Amino acid sequence: MASSAPFPSGPIRQHRGRGVAVVGADIDTDRIIPARFLKCVTFDDLARGAFADDRTELANAAAGPHPFDRDAHREASVLVVNSNFGCGSSREHAPQALMRWGIRALIGESFAEIFFGNCLALGIPCLSAEPDTVRALQEAIAADPGAELLLDLEALEVELESEFVGANRWRVHLDPGPHQMLVSGQWDATGQLLAHDGDLRATAARLPYLAGFVAG
Amino acid sequence: MSAATLYDKVWDLHRVAKLPGGSTQLFIGLHLIHEVTSPQAFAALKDLGLTVRHPERTVATVDHIVPTTSQARPFADPLAEEMLATLEANCAEHAITLHGIGSGRQGIVHVIAPELGLTQPGMTVACGDSHTSTHGAFGAIAFGIGTSQVRDVLASQSLSMNKLKVRRIWVDGQLQPGVFAKDLVLHVIRTLGVKGGVGYAYEFAGPAINALSMDERMTLCNMAIEGGARCGYVNPDQTTFAYLQGRPTAPSGEAWERAVAWWSSLASGPDAVFDDEVRFDAAALAPTVTWGITPGQGIGVDEAVPTLEQTPLEERPLAEEAYRYMDLQPGTSIAGTPVDVCFIGSCTNGRLSDLQAAAAVARGRQVAPGIKAFVVPGSEQVAAAAEAEGLDQVFLAAGFEWREPGCSMCLAMNPDRLEGRQISASSSNRNFKGRQGSASGRTLLMSPAMVAAAAVTGCVTDVRELLQA
Repeated sequence: MASSAPFPSGPIRQHRGRGVAVVGADIDTDRIIPARFLKCVTFDDLARGAFADDRTELANAAAGPHPFDRDAHREASVLVVNSNFGCGSSREHAPQALMRWGIRALIGESFAEIFFGNCLALGIPCLSAEPDTVRALQEAIAADPGAELLLDLEALEVELESEFVGANRWRVHLDPGPHQMLVSGQWDATGQLLAHDGDLRATAARLPYLAGFVAG
Repeated sequence: MSAATLYDKVWDLHRVAKLPGGSTQLFIGLHLIHEVTSPQAFAALKDLGLTVRHPERTVATVDHIVPTTSQARPFADPLAEEMLATLEANCAEHAITLHGIGSGRQGIVHVIAPELGLTQPGMTVACGDSHTSTHGAFGAIAFGIGTSQVRDVLASQSLSMNKLKVRRIWVDGQLQPGVFAKDLVLHVIRTLGVKGGVGYAYEFAGPAINALSMDERMTLCNMAIEGGARCGYVNPDQTTFAYLQGRPTAPSGEAWERAVAWWSSLASGPDAVFDDEVRFDAAALAPTVTWGITPGQGIGVDEAVPTLEQTPLEERPLAEEAYRYMDLQPGTSIAGTPVDVCFIGSCTNGRLSDLQAAAAVARGRQVAPGIKAFVVPGSEQVAAAAEAEGLDQVFLAAGFEWREPGCSMCLAMNPDRLEGRQISASSSNRNFKGRQGSASGRTLLMSPAMVAAAAVTGCVTDVRELLQA
């Protein structure tokens, strides 16, 4: 399914939405979007590739269907995962596929570095949390898929409101740099990078390999 | 003497400014692009009304989607053809050098940049591909980026980055015959885990590293990312300089002497301060093979698939998933595991010395019945050099296919792929579920010599037994 919700823009201070849990350690970007979906020159049509092989595998399995194929998660926008999510290939197609499916924030035990940066460049926060918190969230989502998660990016807290599992609030973590970039709306780096052309020239001028190694 | 590491020195030299979000604007000395992760970046550039800031610092080639049988244009796959045509149009529009098919310089981006002399010590190198860490073998700070960052480098020749910590991986001793850099890096990842390197750059140092060739150092740094480390590097030394001298874009004449002096000054000092250090003994290593679904699930070829009881508690769910997916029984020896497909190539192990090591095993032997075995040189230059010394004939005589350069079956973006439950012995870098093009296909990672050994015996075999024969 492809979400029609607008893509992130401006300051990301809070997000409210339903959760979807994809359980497992070391879920790599080949699983998030298999390579055959990378044969494209735009990102527009990537939602169909999100977890494509896992979804096929689980379609008729006892443990299935895949969470992304369950009606209860159709409108989910917060993906709750375990450790080292997004490892492997640097393909931005992975967060692009998740974003186009409808994901606007992730909570997990930990994230691979390039994946984290790719999400940040799209205005999608990857919030890390203690394993107990992740487990509690995944269990709560399973018990009550309709419950809304409220992510407070400024306070770095996540709150779950559910008539079935009660109200709960957990701490989440985001490094100060990415935190400031998201809440201030300065996560789209292009404009900032273009603002220092004089400094860029000065840096280039002192690089030995750009000046016949004379400056060394 | 400086307490700075090479990483510190190169980082400081390339710092442009502090950005409002708190990150650092870092100048990128060399930007490499290919057909998969650049089209959307060029489109975004156009949408923003921007142009390429330093077209002379970006170099392009085509690798992921190229067929390795016939490379005649147009490609049989219209999507692949569209991707290459888009790259050609973007490079032409922005005056970016493209090393295309038949140029004599085309190949896997991480193979061609070093062999052209583009990758040099002290540079920052970025590319929309996670295996950009390869270039750290030269004492460069090299890392993979996403497409939004490719856009940023095109627009500004810089990136918003946060500084990494540095872990020194010190390796004593010497690798024994039949044991290669691939085995060393698989062992490092097995030991430190696939996420052990998150937040770190890996500095590989010590007597065993000093003794490695540039090809081997590239194999090592290439797979730093599989251990979670976005970049890995080796301090530049005489081996580095000897490799670079005379390369097409390496400095020459008087500039060469000045370059060597500067490059020599970049190495981490004897009193450099590291955030962490881990030690290994190269002499103790056996050829290493993965048995599972992450590059960290590796064992010596003389070991058995670990049982659940031997597996740390937090890794057990993944181990159980791997037993099921791979259909391998815990406690059984990995040697003797039958394979269907044998692939030699990739940015990890598609260089001349990799093909030489595999040919030494294949020479005078025959691919076992029912096995599909093929060799994909990493670049047109590697292919030409291999053919000049007759390696293609060695492989062909042994029953291997000899292909055209490209990424091939490392990932499934071209016609080379596993089918159904096939199991491959592969000299590539990732054994993820579905990585090699079949959603249920299985991958055993190993060195090129070990792949050749598997090809001629039909099963996982300790290559040392064949080298002694």
